[in-house]
Amino acid sequence: MAKFRVCPDTGFFFDKSAESLMKANAVAGAVALLIAGIMALGVVLTRWQEVHLLPADLFYQVLTAHGINALIFWIIFFEIAIMYFASSTLLRTRLAAPRWAWAGFALMLIGAVMNNVAVMQGNSSVMMTSYVPMQAEPHFYLGIILFAVGALIGCFVFLGTLVIAKEDKTYDGSIPLVTFGALTACIIAVFTIACGAIILVPTFLWSIGYINHIDAEMYRVIWWGLGHSSQQINVAAHVSVWYLITGVLFGARPMSEKVSRSAFLLYIFFLQLASAHHILVDPGISSEWKVFNTSYAMYLAVLASMIHGLTVPGAMEVAQRGKGLTKGLFEWLRKAPWGNPVFSGFFISLFTFGFIGGITGVVMGTEQINLIIHNTIYVPAHFHATVVTGTTLTFMALTYLLLPLLFRRAMIMPWMAKLQPYVFGGGMTMMILFMLGAGTLGVSRRHWDMDFTGAALSFEYPGTAYLMMAVGAIGGVLGVVGGAMYLIVTVGTLLFGKKLDQSAGFLQSFGVPLPASAYNIDQPEQLPMAPRVVEEHGSAGFEAPGTFVLAMALLVCFVVYYFINWDYLASVWPLS
Amino acid sequence: MTSFLPPSERIWWNVPVGKQEIIWIGIALVWCLIMFFMMPYWHIFGKQNLSNEAYQTTPEKFQAKVDEMVEKYKVGEEAGIPIVRPPAGSDIYLLGRLWQWYPIFELEKDQSYRVHLSSMDWNHGFSLQPVNINLQILPGYEMVVTMTPDQVGEYGIVCNEYCGIGHHTMLGKMYVKENY
Repeated sequence: MAKFRVCPDTGFFFDKSAESLMKANAVAGAVALLIAGIMALGVVLTRWQEVHLLPADLFYQVLTAHGINALIFWIIFFEIAIMYFASSTLLRTRLAAPRWAWAGFALMLIGAVMNNVAVMQGNSSVMMTSYVPMQAEPHFYLGIILFAVGALIGCFVFLGTLVIAKEDKTYDGSIPLVTFGALTACIIAVFTIACGAIILVPTFLWSIGYINHIDAEMYRVIWWGLGHSSQQINVAAHVSVWYLITGVLFGARPMSEKVSRSAFLLYIFFLQLASAHHILVDPGISSEWKVFNTSYAMYLAVLASMIHGLTVPGAMEVAQRGKGLTKGLFEWLRKAPWGNPVFSGFFISLFTFGFIGGITGVVMGTEQINLIIHNTIYVPAHFHATVVTGTTLTFMALTYLLLPLLFRRAMIMPWMAKLQPYVFGGGMTMMILFMLGAGTLGVSRRHWDMDFTGAALSFEYPGTAYLMMAVGAIGGVLGVVGGAMYLIVTVGTLLFGKKLDQSAGFLQSFGVPLPASAYNIDQPEQLPMAPRVVEEHGSAGFEAPGTFVLAMALLVCFVVYYFINWDYLASVWPLS
Repeated sequence: MTSFLPPSERIWWNVPVGKQEIIWIGIALVWCLIMFFMMPYWHIFGKQNLSNEAYQTTPEKFQAKVDEMVEKYKVGEEAGIPIVRPPAGSDIYLLGRLWQWYPIFELEKDQSYRVHLSSMDWNHGFSLQPVNINLQILPGYEMVVTMTPDQVGEYGIVCNEYCGIGHHTMLGKMYVKENY
């Protein structure tokens, strides 16, 4: 009956089947990231007009593969691993229905492979969004449907695991904040997958001829319930990981459980409304609907993100000050472990997600401002700040944390890991900033040739737009290099890293459990509540004054940039 | 230690919230409300808003309207595409199809036109450059936007919604001239 092993360094308990599933999902995610990264190189080197690497058909094909592998397969595989960690490992409980979990994993894998094959065959270059009536091969849609069903099974395994933990009383009190955040991600995921099923199942039937018409606007409205909400799973998941990392590295405790959990609750209620961001310049949708939905009902989900923006670094600051780093406003930050990729990855992610991803997202999601931004390259610039420097970099940081715990291997080439978040974060930030600029100049997204070779008529973008696309592409290449560094370190570690446990062999790196003797604990002791903190540091004034200054800086940037864009809008032709 | 442990208080929702968080939540909430009310404000006082006017249509019906207008007001041709000079204030029809915007308009500065837009086949993106006005154009829907060009010049209409292999060749044109 022995099922658990304990990590000797951290004291985390790993259930045998949960451990294998986490490894398998994380590795599958990394493979998707590898494909996405190779495709990314093709995309940036083609959009760099002076290089213009790929021919048009191959470019659109590669862009389709890049989008789906990066935005769906990489991230959701990894999120399933996080959900199992946040439930089984953090709550010291066995995983519910491991066979179902494996079935879900198999479906996800089959779906991902099937979809990739469809795209590679060349007749499904329809982009991730696959707007009807443009049609892909049936197995393009079927692949995504199977993947989604598998992910849904993963969600229910997670929920089942929470139920078991509660029944078995494996923890005292309420679930930890990190698990609460993962639960938020799971609830959003269920909503997301439901939207996907509602629209993609009929689309699949249409592609094989059983349905003769799918309304183009209805497709867009419901598809974005999948497309945008799936990125909201990421937000909830990576914010949870931020809390986890501050907890592990600094022993930080949430400034207020109530505030942080309420912010997650706001995500559950309001975040999905943002699917409307994509429909703001569509015909047949009323302004009232657009205003209410695009603003998440009065920006209540933005409020939630702004709260996390204060409480995540705030928790870290309080913990650091508690250790005596109290000089000035920022000693706690200056003396943070900047050479540890777990920290640097986390902090760069927090910063770029808030300052770039968050601000640009709200600005372009404003009903009228969207007129000057919709479908320009500003849009991918924004979501690379949220999903790449935000979510992906956070997951990379988490990987560095988990390599020794979960995979029982010591990291190889630590110097490369140390540099990686800076190269990846720096390169991507450079790409994002210049793409934002090019988008403001009207450069289109998903476009092979800004020279319009072969068009009957002509139009010339300003020289600045070309320059920005070129500099942005250099940033993009740097980002790909950073991504490659991540894969070299992690895959290298799985294969060649020093074994921290003699039985952690080759197969064990990919999901095969350690020998039965390693799992020598029947049921760990009940997870206790966190110890009470007797003394509040600096409780006379602000607990985290440095963080408050950073938050105010964010607000000032936000306000200024927001009104600059209104001003820009006011200069275009009157429309009514 | 506690972000991944159960909260230290069983009744954690009764623990008072720190002053700093309350102030920040207050500031953030005010900002959120300002941003929210900017949108209705702009609907009343701003000059760049979309109408909610749209109709269901079919490619055939819309094509017929375009053809009728072209026949009436055609003044020339460029690269095989008719140039149309409709009267100020009138309803004008622009269609997107694989891979062309049709026809080319010659409009008068500071005059308003009711522009009807629709697609004959797939999704297209109306991206008027360098003004940078971007609209989503769908088959089966006829969108009506009143535009008032306020600067003379030659404008490109880029398609910025991916529409297949010839997407990047889908480029239209629009001229805005001084009052004649």
